Amino acid sequence: MTRQPILSATNLVKRYGRVTALDHCDFELFPGEILAVIGDNGAGKSSLIKAISGAVQPDEGEVFLEGKKVDFQSPMDARAAGIETVYQTLAMSPALSITDNMFMGREIRKPGWRGKYLRMLDRSAMEKFARQKLSDLGLMTIQNINQAVETLSGGQRQGVAVARAAAFGSKVIILDEPTAALGVKESRRVLELILDVRARGIPIILISHNMPHVFEVADRIHVHRLGKRLTVLDPKEHTMSDAVAYMTGAKEPVAA
Amino acid sequence: MTQSDSYETAINRVDKVAEFERRKRGFVGTLQHLLHVNPALVPLIVLVASIVVFGLLLGSRFFSPFALTLILQQVQIVGIVAAAQSLVILTAGIDLSVGAIAVISSVIMGQFTFRYGLPPEIAVACGLLFGTAIGCVNGWLVAVMKLPPFIVTLGMWQIVLAANFLYSANETIRSQDIQAEAPLLQLLGAKFEIGGAVFTVGVIFMVLLVVGLAFVLRHTAWGRHVYAVGDDPEAAQLSGVNVRATLISVYALAGLICAFAGWALIGRIGSVSPTSGQLLNIESITAVVIGGISLFGGRGSILGTFFGALIVGVFTLGLRLLGADAQWTYLLIGVLIIAAVAVDQWIRKVSA
Repeated sequence: MTRQPILSATNLVKRYGRVTALDHCDFELFPGEILAVIGDNGAGKSSLIKAISGAVQPDEGEVFLEGKKVDFQSPMDARAAGIETVYQTLAMSPALSITDNMFMGREIRKPGWRGKYLRMLDRSAMEKFARQKLSDLGLMTIQNINQAVETLSGGQRQGVAVARAAAFGSKVIILDEPTAALGVKESRRVLELILDVRARGIPIILISHNMPHVFEVADRIHVHRLGKRLTVLDPKEHTMSDAVAYMTGAKEPVAA
Repeated sequence: MTQSDSYETAINRVDKVAEFERRKRGFVGTLQHLLHVNPALVPLIVLVASIVVFGLLLGSRFFSPFALTLILQQVQIVGIVAAAQSLVILTAGIDLSVGAIAVISSVIMGQFTFRYGLPPEIAVACGLLFGTAIGCVNGWLVAVMKLPPFIVTLGMWQIVLAANFLYSANETIRSQDIQAEAPLLQLLGAKFEIGGAVFTVGVIFMVLLVVGLAFVLRHTAWGRHVYAVGDDPEAAQLSGVNVRATLISVYALAGLICAFAGWALIGRIGSVSPTSGQLLNIESITAVVIGGISLFGGRGSILGTFFGALIVGVFTLGLRLLGADAQWTYLLIGVLIIAAVAVDQWIRKVSA
């Protein structure tokens, strides 16, 4: 039963002036699972995720990817290592097309002289890839791969962002509040999408405030409180009110 | 379980209704969508319409190869500068120093040749380099120091213009001298005729520049990054675009293009004059706005700018041939500017 975590962190410390956002925090993500990270506002969830995805550098502690120590200086480093993050803001350019957005920062050039000397993009290859990825995730209600992202609904945008992460995130995908801005119907879609991605064997870190969503899809729940991991819950053995109680400090874990 | 199943069917049903509604867009909606996809369409329609109207009013006096190519000659400088301005405005910036860069570059080309006796090739290269360097400084101040582009280029405009007068001692290099000793400086003004149509090298350069930039903006990663940076710099950064390098390269390229405009300016007026090109700033922004490029960045096409510059040229020449007071031109251009921005706002509503 000693599985090796795909992504782990030990003893992370991050201070902002006199505020300690991360206080000797540990973290583990196992292959093929959905790990939800929950916690009250200001508990340090975002700091933890930022430290793992390279957006901030921790003051102390170490991050390991597949057992090897990594030292991400920027989100680009993490991405190059196979960790994709879907930000709450989605990080998409509304006026550009779905294809343009999916390939932003990692465009494919045409083979031959047109790619080499004119640096011309291979639009058809990118469109084919984008269409493939979207239909893989059952997002083909999107008719036109070249339509601007701003013409999509909130759920479709989230879908495109998740598809982008799934297409390039070979090892880990981090989703920051993917359902926060969505309606009931669209949230459903996105949750199905998350399960779909897991079915493809990619582990997911899901940060969410929405307890029903967390309990529906998560395999384990990392409860973050006061800058560190308070406990890890199994959603099948605990209720939502337990989780909320741990999160707010109304209840202390027995083992601790 | 059954509850969640019925939930699913409810979702699917709602989706179909939504798709049905999308198809029923209607004429106005279709037009709006079309303009959203092809932002250069409005200026193109206005351009063709204005050519047709002036052609009907003036007959062959306007509708001749000579008159039509005269328009191209008259807009070449503004057209080149407006191409540079378009790049900057696409990144949600603005460059008020374009005119000043063009003029100081032309002064450097002239003075280096005549004051220091450098070969004109080297003097031209120095002028182009200097324009690029000013652009780089603008870009650095905007991208790294995070100063607002309006302020940076407003300051740079004054600095460059003052430096221009101080360095040149307000002295004009005469056309005859240039013609005799350094004809290369007037290269972009060289004329050739094809069946009544008169072209200059500068006109050809402008057209090639616009076509080249249109290709680069549409078909290269750099071009897509320019749009992404103008649209939402934070999102672009998070998606892996080097925002800083993109911005600096845009301002530097704008500087280089303006320096070329300075070279074309020598060809157009014949002499090197530190007082020329004073209206280039406002004229280039006018062309960009009429061309349908959004001042908020990330939207529009460089072809639109080209059409915008031509629209101004058509109105100017057409009204002059009609014998109208020149103020009518400015009045109509003013109307066009406001109309263009109104159309831009309307097109943006697609996203709502």
